[in-house]
Amino acid sequence: MLTKEQIAKRIAKEVENGQYINLGIGIPTLVANYIPAHLEIVLQSENGLLGIGPFPKESAVDPDLINAGKQTITLLPDSALFDSAQSFAMIRGGHVQLTILGAMEVSEHGDIANWKIPGKMVKGMGGAMDLVASAKNIIVAMQHCSKDGQSKLLPKCALPLTGIRCVKKIVTDLAVLEIAPEGGFILKERAPNVSVDEIKSKTAGKLIILGEVPEMQFD
Amino acid sequence: MINKTVLNAEDAVADIQDGATLMMGGFGLSGIPENCIAALLKRKIQNLTIVSNNAGVDDFGIGLFLKERMVKKMISSYVGENEEFERQLLNGELEVELIPQGTLAERIRAGGAGIPAFFTPAGVGTEVAEGKEIREFDGKHFLLERALYADFALVKAWKGDTAGNLIFKGTARNFNPLMATAGKITIAEVEELVPAGSLDPNAIHTPGIYVQRIFKGDSYEKRIEQRTVSV
Repeated sequence: MLTKEQIAKRIAKEVENGQYINLGIGIPTLVANYIPAHLEIVLQSENGLLGIGPFPKESAVDPDLINAGKQTITLLPDSALFDSAQSFAMIRGGHVQLTILGAMEVSEHGDIANWKIPGKMVKGMGGAMDLVASAKNIIVAMQHCSKDGQSKLLPKCALPLTGIRCVKKIVTDLAVLEIAPEGGFILKERAPNVSVDEIKSKTAGKLIILGEVPEMQFD
Repeated sequence: MINKTVLNAEDAVADIQDGATLMMGGFGLSGIPENCIAALLKRKIQNLTIVSNNAGVDDFGIGLFLKERMVKKMISSYVGENEEFERQLLNGELEVELIPQGTLAERIRAGGAGIPAFFTPAGVGTEVAEGKEIREFDGKHFLLERALYADFALVKAWKGDTAGNLIFKGTARNFNPLMATAGKITIAEVEELVPAGSLDPNAIHTPGIYVQRIFKGDSYEKRIEQRTVSV
């Protein structure tokens, strides 16, 4: 099973040179730590920043510089600042090519639920609905099963949806999976020492296995 | 040059009445109109409808309004940092309309720009789409969303001049410039207030035409929600 850091590390391998990328809160934020230094990429923060710099030194903390997770951050020499309408214009306009976000559930058709548990938790969708409606590539980072052991990869989401037919790839603590155009989770890779049978037993939605499934490789 | 200055926060918000709709700038606690919030708290007005991306935290920002039961309805995109908010919501004491953040921003922008409605892809196939017109353009589905307006927009800028021109700093800009355009009366509080003519016209983010009142805030706490540092 992968740790959160390893999930982030595996997702970082999906990043391509020249991409503008939005990282959600949680594991997706960790992806930034593993993007190879030779790639020229720009991280977008939907509260109004392109070019997210590292966390500041204590002496340089600025309350007027935060990311979408409300963490204090720094600017880079080539950063750009803008307002929230501009921020979502670049998201909806398809200028942000890659969105990496967490999920509570993903369906075998690429539907995603991550903003509400009726009667229990109401936090709101933030920018997630705009992001999943528009990005060209959407990768979900999540645990394969919930804390009580229920599969989060389902035939159909039970929770209120964030977006439909939008997720392209899922990286969990057990596997890398792609959404098949006709529906289903194509098992692409398995975590080290995790068997295909274990993944099968923990995937409630349709799992598609095409030949030998390789183990994930980490550099 | 039209002089928009008022003496202080108390004067600026003196005519805000019970039942008013307020837009309030800020993302999290960054770029919130702290001095207007403090002045409104003293007046304890009620039944407010508040349009704000977030709802503050329990003991700061809009969270203070919630504690004093000043809010009838919140229109927001993310309200996760506020226990009192969640309690009032789950008890049915507070109305809440949750809106995708980009839709919220664009509805405000549209309100200020004379666009009554627009189509967006955000929320198609979700409960956000319920009861809304859906149209297909170029093979993709979009929702019809209406513009938002407010009786008062309360915004916070870094620098401003007596004519109401505003410059924001860092990510404290966020919703402030949009809201400035969508208030019938826009009140701007600034850290530094200078005479008209002293700001570089190239650098102005919000032209003074959108601002009816401006004052220098007495003090800014600028509370940080997630202080993250590197060693």
